[in-house]
This record gives sequence, structure tokens and C-alpha cells, in this order.
Amino acid sequence: MSVLVGKDTRLIVQGITGREGSFHAKGCAEYAKQFGVDLVVGGVTPGKGGTTHEGWPVFNTVEEARKATGANATMIFVPPPAAADGILEAVDAGIELIVCITEGIPVLDMVKAFPLVKKSGSTLIGPNCPGVISPGKAKIGIMPGRIHKEGSVGIVSKSGTLTYEAVYQLTQRGIGQSTAIGIGGDPIIGTTHIDALKLLNEDPDTEAIIMIGEIGGSAEEAAAEYIKAHVKKPVVGFIAGQTAPPGRRMGHAGAIISGGEGTAASKMAAMEAAGITVVKSPAEIGDAMAKLLGRD
Amino acid sequence: MKIHEYQAKEILRRYGVPVPSGEMATTIEEADKAAKQLFSEGNAVVVVKAQIHAGGRGKGGGVKLAKTIEDADAHSKAILGMQLVTHQTGPAGQKVQRLLIEQGSAIERELYLGLVLDRASGKVVFMASQHGGMDIEEVAHNTPDEIFKEYCDPGIGLQAYQARKLAFKLGLAKEQIGDAVKFMFGLYKAFIDTDSTLMEINPFITTKDGKLLALDCKINFDDNAMFRHKDLKELRDIAEEDPLEVEASKYALNYIKLDGSIACMVNGAGLAMATMDIIEYAGGKAANFLDVGGGANQEQIENAFGILLSDPNVKAIFINIFGGILRVDVLATAVVAAARKLNVTLPIILRLEGTNVEEGRQIIADSGLKVQIGATMKEAADLAVAAAKG
Repeated sequence: MSVLVGKDTRLIVQGITGREGSFHAKGCAEYAKQFGVDLVVGGVTPGKGGTTHEGWPVFNTVEEARKATGANATMIFVPPPAAADGILEAVDAGIELIVCITEGIPVLDMVKAFPLVKKSGSTLIGPNCPGVISPGKAKIGIMPGRIHKEGSVGIVSKSGTLTYEAVYQLTQRGIGQSTAIGIGGDPIIGTTHIDALKLLNEDPDTEAIIMIGEIGGSAEEAAAEYIKAHVKKPVVGFIAGQTAPPGRRMGHAGAIISGGEGTAASKMAAMEAAGITVVKSPAEIGDAMAKLLGRD
Repeated sequence: MKIHEYQAKEILRRYGVPVPSGEMATTIEEADKAAKQLFSEGNAVVVVKAQIHAGGRGKGGGVKLAKTIEDADAHSKAILGMQLVTHQTGPAGQKVQRLLIEQGSAIERELYLGLVLDRASGKVVFMASQHGGMDIEEVAHNTPDEIFKEYCDPGIGLQAYQARKLAFKLGLAKEQIGDAVKFMFGLYKAFIDTDSTLMEINPFITTKDGKLLALDCKINFDDNAMFRHKDLKELRDIAEEDPLEVEASKYALNYIKLDGSIACMVNGAGLAMATMDIIEYAGGKAANFLDVGGGANQEQIENAFGILLSDPNVKAIFINIFGGILRVDVLATAVVAAARKLNVTLPIILRLEGTNVEEGRQIIADSGLKVQIGATMKEAADLAVAAAKG
């Protein structure tokens, strides 16, 4: 099994006529098609409603797209100045799963949108994230599908390429993944480590979990507390930025050590105290999981 | 984006937040003129303050009081052009290129006010403390209960009762509460209007005649929101930034200079941080953080090489690419072309994985370049550390 994304997902793409939106709509559709899933059902670009793009119907609003296609998920490629608005439009239309790939959204835009998302029945993944993939079923996002393998390890991560790295190490060792969730590297995100862990913990077919965090904030510490209290499945953890200097933003808007908060050392200590197998080197993620599963 | 104190105070003034009067000066002549003016207005004390993008200026000798024009002139001469070292500048310090010449204040109490984004709640939090004038991070660490917090609802913003609560907790006199509330509303509006991520008034003072003043002010803006603030963007002072980082930002490369000898070129921020980490575990030290992003083309790789090579500490270059969207063969072609064009003689260590990796490795092999390939991240890190040690 898997969480969030599966064979029943019907996806629209907000910003489908843009370069990125178009490219990744095709990527997602092709990946799901291998498994007999007709994933992408249309797209939204205001002003281009009534046309088609790569064979998909284009709508002016998310509401129209939802009514016409029955979509239950959306992938957002709207440019940063309008992306928070795009998220709220999807919430308003009652889309169950909103995956926002857009990087560089002003944080105060997210501050305003955040309570409305929380209050709604929608689940937001991201922004500034690679998306979600359930190998062997479907993906919503920009990750390369071919490095994945269907299986039972769930992954939750703030970082895109580092998730690919972990996935690849597993696949090379013959270990498949149930769902990999890229929650994004921004200060305010819809689905936190804890939310994602909860989903994976409750998924009967997820046998073990990899949690990848990075410096900044205190979400990993909170996630460790959650794991200690609720998660009985084996967990491997890694924190990126162990050698990063304080006060510098390391690429992701959220990846900054400030006021002595958000250091890798504090996160790793909290994770170890919660019984997580914490690896220091990113090269050891696959081996550590193989060992936990008795498959080394 | 960071700005200077004098720029931050200019913004506060526009929002009706009281700040001491003063002038920014880039020469001794300007500094003397400003000091003369302040003394002629009846100020008994004039303050000469170094303007650099780092805290701890007072302890480093960058803030001096003067009671005469001669004193002010001597302080300006000593501070302007000095290499100011604080706990935030690193051992080399930062050259002082601007001064703020300001009226002195008769300080009664030094308090603290701050606005920052709280990630856990997703709200802007207004903080106040009676422990002003010192490192607030220390206060937060030692006596967290003595930092008072009010969380602002994004829909309705800061409310009067919240500002009042903070004002009373600061122990202000009842005739100061109204001014304090107005002061906090000014700050909150400035924070929201300018898309700030941090605004600190430290110290926030009461004067002997009962007035409230922002004696110092630090503001950071959200880089992601600068597209809607053309005026604020102009406040950037690139003299305060690392020249290589300024150069990198022109090419939309995410580069941060560090002090090791192994240059890194990586796609993705998380993998770039993890690459720095693995180099350290292999016994080396990264010369930089560099995320070339997912859409890197030949021109960008060339620019990235140029920046890495202009750091004289660099002894080896470690390229770690996990091709997802970025195809490995495209990257390999770009690396070969850029290395040839720039005549790179330093050892290059490549770790390539992902989309079209076989083609990519073939391109490197056929190029005749002296490039070592590591099969895994660990192996590549070991090779890079060995190469840097020569």
C-alpha cells in the first residue's frame, strides 16, 4: 500500500501551460501509465480555459477543472508571486491533496494562507518541495521515477536530491519504497515531519521509515518526540548541515541556524534519544536501513 | 537581505517609531559636519556608530560617545576604515565604510522588542523583554520565561490588548503605555509592509524624561519578497557581502563561501549540505556551499567553475550530482567544456548518479580530462580529501 498518492489519484496541474508545469505533467502521466494508472486529467491556466494542452483540457479556474474532471489532487507550478493564491484557490475548490512545487514564495504570503489551509479538509504538501511518489503506482512531483522500486520503506524528507540519494541507496540494495514524501525546505509548510510520520506509521504496508531533516527550526526535535511516543516501526534518520556555519541560509529558506536553535547536533541528539538509528554520513542511509530490516 | 542600522531607522521613522536623530557619513568631513550640527542643536553627547552588517559592534570598539566636536572627530577617524572584529564577523573582521552620527540619549532603562516569524505556529511573534542591551539569545537560553511573547493572527494583525500586555510586562509607567502601544503598532506595520523576517529593537529605551526610543534597530528582509519592493532592494550594500557570493548571485547560483580547501558543486540544497558533511567525515573541509539547482546548463556550470576557482584556498573540486531532472550526460558535457575553456588544472573528483549516468561517465572518459570518478558519495569524498592534501 501507500499513502497520499495511489491508483485512485486524479491529478490536475495548476500552471500546466508553463514550461515546468507542462514538462512535469508529462513526467507524472508517463510514470503512472506504466502501472495502468490514468493520472493526469487536466490543467488550469487562467485565460487559457477551453483550450487543450498536450491533449489535456485546460480550465480557467480550479473550481471548473474539479467539476469537469473529478480531480482529487493538484500539482502547483504557479510562479512565486501568485503561488499562495494558487494554493488557496485549490483549497476553495475542495481539492483533497495539494502539492506545491513552487520555490521562492514570500513567507508572509504563506503566513496568511496557512490558517486557511489548516482549517480546510485539504492536505498541502510543500511548498518548495519535490512532491510525493508511491512507487509502482503514481507520482505527483519532479522526482525521477525510475530510481524508485515498489516496497515497504516510507521516506519523509525536507530535501529533494537528498531523498533521491536515499531512495537510490535502497533500490540498489533491493529494498523498495511504499511512499516517499518530500515535505519541502521552507519555514512554513503544509505537511510537517510529524504529519508525514503519522501517515506512514498508520500505513499497514509501510514496514520501516527513513526521516531526513536539515538544520533550521525545531521540527525534527518535535518529530523525534512523536516517534518516541507513537512509532513502533524502525526508523533511520539523517540530518543535513552538520558542518554548516550559524547565521547563513544554506539554500533552502528554512535551512538556517539562528539563535542557537536548529543545529544538527540538537536534532541528532533528540532523534537518538527517541530510538532512531541516526547515521552521520549520508552514504550510510541505505546500509543502516538494510541492517534494521535484516537484509544486509 | 540585511540592511544597515541607519537604513532601518529611516524605515522606523516613516512608521512613526521614535528614533534618535542622526546622519549617515561616509567621510570624516560628513561625520564632522553631522556632529557639529547635533552639538549646535543642544545635544550634550554625540554617538559615533560603525555601520556594518554584524552585531556586537560596541564590544568591538565600533561605538563611541563624544562630548566635544574634537572627540567626535577623533572617534570618527578611529572607526571609519577600521577592520571591526565582532563575534559575528569572523577573525578577519569587517571594514567600516559608513558611520552613523547620532544624538546621545539619557538612558533610564534598556529593554528589548523583537518581531520574528515563528515556524512552529506559522505566525509572526512579537517579543519583549526587560533584559535589553545584551545578547537576547543569551536571555532566551538562560531565562526563557523573561521573554514575553504575543502571537499575531495573520488575519487581524497585532491587537491593542496584546501590545498593552507586553507594555505592562515591560514594567513601563502607566503614562508610557499609550506611547508603547503606538510604538509597537508602528513596528508591526513596518514589519508586514516591508516583508521582514526579523526586526529587533535592542535596546528599546526609556529616557530620563520618560520618552521611548529605538536606540538600535536590526531588520532583515525576505529575499523571496523583494520582487515587490524595488525601493528596499536598493538598500542592499554589496560592500558588506563576500565578493564571490555577490558574483554568484548574479548568475542565480546559490553559493556560500566557507574556509576549507575542497570546492563543492552540487545540485540541490540538502545534497549540497550533506556533501559538506561527508567531506568533513572523510577528514577534509569544504571551501563552499554551492547549489547549482535543477536546471543547470553549460553557461551556469562555467560560471560556477569560475567562482570556485577564484577562491585561492581551493585545492580540489568535488562535483556531486544526482541527476533527476538535470541529466547526467548534459552535466558531463558542460563540465568537460567548462574545464577546457577555463583550463582547470586542479584535480576534479566527480560523483555522478541518476538519469543517463552511463552516457555521462562515457563523456568524461572520452574527454581525456584528468578527472577521478568515485563510485559512491563516500568513495568520491575520500578521493577529494586525498587530492586536496596533494
